[in-house]
Amino acid sequence: MAEKYYWEAIRDAIREEMIRDPSVFVMGEDVGVYGGAYGATRGLIEEFGEDRVRDTPISEAVIAGAAAGAAMCGMRPIAEIMYIDFSTIAMDQLVNIAAKNRYMFGGKTTVPMVLRTEGGAGRSIAAHHSQSLEAWFLHPPGLFVVMPATPYDAKGLLKTCIRDPNPVIFIEHKMLYNTKGEVPDGEYLIPLGKADIKRAGKDLTIVTYSRMVLNSLQAAKEAEKDGIDCEVIDLRCLRPLDILAVFESVKKTGRLLLVSEAYQNCNFVNEIGMRVMEHCFDYLDAPILRVCGADVPIPMSPTLEEEATPSPKRILAGIREAMK
Amino acid sequence: MKDEYLFYLRQMIQIRLFEDKVFELLARDIVKGASHVYAGQEAVAVGACAAIGPNDYITSTHRGHGHCIARGGRLDLMLAELCGKSTGYCRGRGGSMHIADVKAGNLGATGIVCSNLPVATGAGLAIKMRKTDQVVLCFFGDGASNNGAFHESLNLAGLWKLPVVYICENNLYGMSVPFSKASAVPHVSDRASAYAMPGRLIDGMKVLEVRDAVAEAVAYSRKGNGPYLIEASTYRYRGHSRSDPRKYRTKEEEEYWKGRDPILLFSQYLESEKIATEDEIKSIWAEVEKEIAEAEDFAVNKSPYPDPSELYEDVYCGWIQGKFDLEEVK
Repeated sequence: MAEKYYWEAIRDAIREEMIRDPSVFVMGEDVGVYGGAYGATRGLIEEFGEDRVRDTPISEAVIAGAAAGAAMCGMRPIAEIMYIDFSTIAMDQLVNIAAKNRYMFGGKTTVPMVLRTEGGAGRSIAAHHSQSLEAWFLHPPGLFVVMPATPYDAKGLLKTCIRDPNPVIFIEHKMLYNTKGEVPDGEYLIPLGKADIKRAGKDLTIVTYSRMVLNSLQAAKEAEKDGIDCEVIDLRCLRPLDILAVFESVKKTGRLLLVSEAYQNCNFVNEIGMRVMEHCFDYLDAPILRVCGADVPIPMSPTLEEEATPSPKRILAGIREAMK
Repeated sequence: MKDEYLFYLRQMIQIRLFEDKVFELLARDIVKGASHVYAGQEAVAVGACAAIGPNDYITSTHRGHGHCIARGGRLDLMLAELCGKSTGYCRGRGGSMHIADVKAGNLGATGIVCSNLPVATGAGLAIKMRKTDQVVLCFFGDGASNNGAFHESLNLAGLWKLPVVYICENNLYGMSVPFSKASAVPHVSDRASAYAMPGRLIDGMKVLEVRDAVAEAVAYSRKGNGPYLIEASTYRYRGHSRSDPRKYRTKEEEEYWKGRDPILLFSQYLESEKIATEDEIKSIWAEVEKEIAEAEDFAVNKSPYPDPSELYEDVYCGWIQGKFDLEEVK
């Protein structure tokens, strides 16, 4: 097994699927010679040419909508929106067309597209380049939402998403592209809707995803010093959601801490807390707590940005609070 | 030629009488929901769809019944859909604004103005990448031409030379606001030069003029020359929707356009050119009336409503989110 960067794992997944299936193609801003703003399409235009690796104008609505139209007509587009913050411009096409056409048309079409984008804070690039907007895609039905935390998950999940008949929003994290992890040499697929227990424990369940998996693991390690044994569940997919894995863990530990980088107000983890309340109330020994992003536009200054984002320190404080 | 021309006439009459029936059933609360009817604009959909083949695509709008009929849609399945019945085109999920028949090349109507321009552009991209000789007819209204997605779509199609014929049905009003108060230039077709494509203004009340113009555009696009923009001047007889009192336009204006009725003009042409007799035309009206009555009987009396247990079906492909939010992978 080789160590690979997260960006490499994504690039390899796209490359392998482009080789396997001629209907797979890439389109987006600066995905060609530039190789993608975070390098995840590096080398593809050299290998596959301009027809299958398409630089687009800065036109997010038509990037998303043309992907949907091409998908309805037999192609498997991988469209890229450079920052999730820019998906606001593509939102109509994503939530009203891609997400709903199958249902509105009585099940008589599929929209097999992947929209790759990235989010998250950490680079001091402020309120228009740092958000975690996954909840917007989860509110209306119709879209799968996948948010991998490791190179291994990124590759195996992206390959599955490209083959899936549903429209998928695949959200990477800008602070993960240069993280490394083990990635098998041969082909593998990870099924959608299967959470991964990144750390087994018996005292407290932490449910999280994307970069916050790393921060939560760090906090869980610190918590060991207090004699607290945390289980860290990486959801990997927010839809389809492996809620049963959450229930199983909560039934074992009796305590739940939800961690997400997105704004706390209307955060998707609030929904997970609600479902645990509905189905596992009798197993809970303490209130469900959460550590989320601050409800402020993400500020530029490093000290403020850090304060707006769930750090391992804040998560550790959450762990201690949940164990009281 | 005669068969073809009588087919155009029949389709226009089908649209007219279908819309009359929709209006009547809306008043009786049998057709539910929205009511953006196409009456007055028949020559555009019928003329344009006469210029394409069975493998080509169309995309439609919120005022889409005419496009669906012109593309060969079945009146009974359409009316059933408008009544929310399980026998409808979309099993009662879509209704008036979301009728689609993807297999027959109709990529669907939409409830959001301009939202199908990117979809049509993507269909054009799929054709180009698969190297087939299909084309896409993308219908939209004058209102849509002022939305940002219009610019994004036409620019991309012009840039990549995609085989899409954009057909703007300029019926003079975006709901109530006249085009002259909504656009900095008098004609949508004037904008074509900004996207490196031909632009042409045509009389949308004359079915043969529409057919010939669209056929020329289709031939241009099929050859790999890229997209084409056609603006067809037309008029919607009824209000934007059933609740619209039409205070923004005059009776004189409505009378003027009704004097240029596409079915009337074409019938006069057929008679004066001795292609069809008055009796032949009358018998088409009678046949279509019968067809509409059968469609009504099918939709209203013979079709069940969907079973509530179907609610969660087909949101996703191969996966159902259960109603207790306990997901299962099928």
